[in-house]
Amino acid sequence: MLAYIGRRAVLAIFTVWAISVLAFAIIQLPPGDYVTSYIAQMASMGSVVTDEEAQSLRIQYGLGQPIYVQYFKWVKLIAWGNFGMSMEWRRPVTEVIGERLWLTIVVSVAALILTWALALPIGIYSAVRQYSVGDYLATFVGFIGLAVPNFLLALVILYLGFVLFNAHIGGLFSPELQDAPWSLARVWDLLKHLPIPALILGLAGTAQQIRIMRANLLDELGKPYVVTARSKGLAEARVIVKYPVRVALNPFASTIGYTLPYIVSGSIIVSLVLGLPTVGPLLLKALIAQDMFLAGTIVLLLGVMTVIGTLVSDILLVWIDPRIRLEDT
Amino acid sequence: MAPVADEQRIFVASQWQLMWWRFRKHRVAVASGIVVVGFYLAVLGADFLAYSDPNASEAQRSLMPPQPIHWFDEGRFRPHVYGLKGARDPQTFKRVYRPDPEQKIPIRFFAEGFEYRFLGVIPMTRHLIGVDPGLDAAKTIFLLGTDVQGRDLWSRLMFGTRISLTIGLLGVTMSLVLGVVLGGLSGFYGGIADTVIQRVIEILRSIPTIPLWMGLAAALPRDWTILQVYFAITIIISLLGWTELARVVRGRFLALREEDFVVSARLVGCSQMRTIFVHMVPSFMSHIIAATTLALPAMIISETALSFLGLGLRPPAISWGVLLQQAQNVQTVAISPWLMLPAVPVIVAVMAFNFLGDGLRDAADPYGR
Repeated sequence: MLAYIGRRAVLAIFTVWAISVLAFAIIQLPPGDYVTSYIAQMASMGSVVTDEEAQSLRIQYGLGQPIYVQYFKWVKLIAWGNFGMSMEWRRPVTEVIGERLWLTIVVSVAALILTWALALPIGIYSAVRQYSVGDYLATFVGFIGLAVPNFLLALVILYLGFVLFNAHIGGLFSPELQDAPWSLARVWDLLKHLPIPALILGLAGTAQQIRIMRANLLDELGKPYVVTARSKGLAEARVIVKYPVRVALNPFASTIGYTLPYIVSGSIIVSLVLGLPTVGPLLLKALIAQDMFLAGTIVLLLGVMTVIGTLVSDILLVWIDPRIRLEDT
Repeated sequence: MAPVADEQRIFVASQWQLMWWRFRKHRVAVASGIVVVGFYLAVLGADFLAYSDPNASEAQRSLMPPQPIHWFDEGRFRPHVYGLKGARDPQTFKRVYRPDPEQKIPIRFFAEGFEYRFLGVIPMTRHLIGVDPGLDAAKTIFLLGTDVQGRDLWSRLMFGTRISLTIGLLGVTMSLVLGVVLGGLSGFYGGIADTVIQRVIEILRSIPTIPLWMGLAAALPRDWTILQVYFAITIIISLLGWTELARVVRGRFLALREEDFVVSARLVGCSQMRTIFVHMVPSFMSHIIAATTLALPAMIISETALSFLGLGLRPPAISWGVLLQQAQNVQTVAISPWLMLPAVPVIVAVMAFNFLGDGLRDAADPYGR
């Protein structure tokens, strides 16, 4: 078990490294270096950066030195919690991102939980009542979920909400609580706004998971041990839940690692359409304004967050499934 | 046919024949195949199907609603549309259009229109439909309405289809090359190459891709031409899309490596290249085709999403994503819902490719089940 988690952790570290290289590449891609554009920015605001200040910034970021030196200097700064300055906001990047990162996590996790909460019962139902009306309905909704890109789904739901109920569905908070400090009322408000974005984000994943669960369970339902359980006189619900579902759950659970990156990815675009205060809109704005430290940091943090989430889910999986636990210990 | 004869037919049938029979049984997949062929015909004949210049804008015709075709006029087949009467809404001061049944604008087939080159070579001015050129300028048709700048949505949709579907096809081709080479290396040689490539795939799959695409796409220089941006976007979406294809190819290589016919090919002294390309690849060609078809929807969605955000193709280029940009604002869409129409081909295409791919995947293994 430890060996398995160890291997996962090593892979996670490599992934974080790969993400950091990519984020650094994104920061480096636009022409011109950071300090030059910083000086230009300050000059346009009417303040002057002295030569000494510019010089010390250049040394801090290793500008003019080979690219790998610059990369290491950047990593070193990040390790100290210094993500650089946002050009556009003229504030440290961490301040600009603020609670948006946490809200991104909240939305993603809510989508993940909803995916599971929906896919598990529906998948079981579809398999047990194969070819019933409910099964066909689930399959149909599933295909819609897979075929409609989530930002289009968000658009359609927003439109329907606007036309049918004359309500603006977007956002995570009511206007009066938008900038309020955290309180019980604000948390409750957030919970009330969560289901729609979570549903939109989770639908594609749910569709996929329903299909996986249905197929797995159908494979198991015909096996002799199910017949045995039934002939022992167990109640049907108990037969299903006690044996085949537990076996079918395993491949179902192992796909969680692929669902999370997908949801996080999707949350960026869906946030833009629904106007959620996550890092999505910030990332787009930063990229368009070529505010590269902000953009690079968001890409890095999103990646790291996903890797941690996947690692946690892997560990949970080991805990749930004894077969992985006992494998090559 | 009698079952015996049927069985004999199966014994002598070639691999591709078996697959075709298997595929034919999958009704939805066949229908999807027809839809896909239709889409690509529209790609070829986009300028023929369009009836007005997709970039011709006219502020006077901003946000006109779609004009449905009426096929019969007083019991006779005479396709026409109703003219639109513009007026100011007395309360909101917005310009609104109402169909005017008095004014019938006849539709002509193979009508004269803007000049183009059919299939890129033959100069032509004929379009599938159109209106009499002599009529006054206000009497035109907008099958799907117009956008904010007064450009005809139907014509723009045709040209958007061309770009969106070819970008998907090109992107998937590039992914395919990467996937086959890397998946092949991984599956055929095994060992360290396999471990490294598998880990790289795992890493790539655990990174949220959209922020990365956005970062890369935003870094494209602003002064690039449409063509340059087009190819750059294709490369970006294919760079991250090859992993699934590589996985399929690797799986097939692993399955086939120890098969008798591969071992005997090696034993009679075939070179490695010959073993791979003459003996192994043809036997899993069908699997590759199926995996490629299943990879296409993701490409189409990626392009649409990027362009929708304004980071992919930029106007004057037209793609489904670019068209959907106009539908970003709910208030606009609530007043002019037809701006959301470009979502329909996206969804239909994605569904069709998915069903077709499913059918092909089942058919790729005609002996299974």
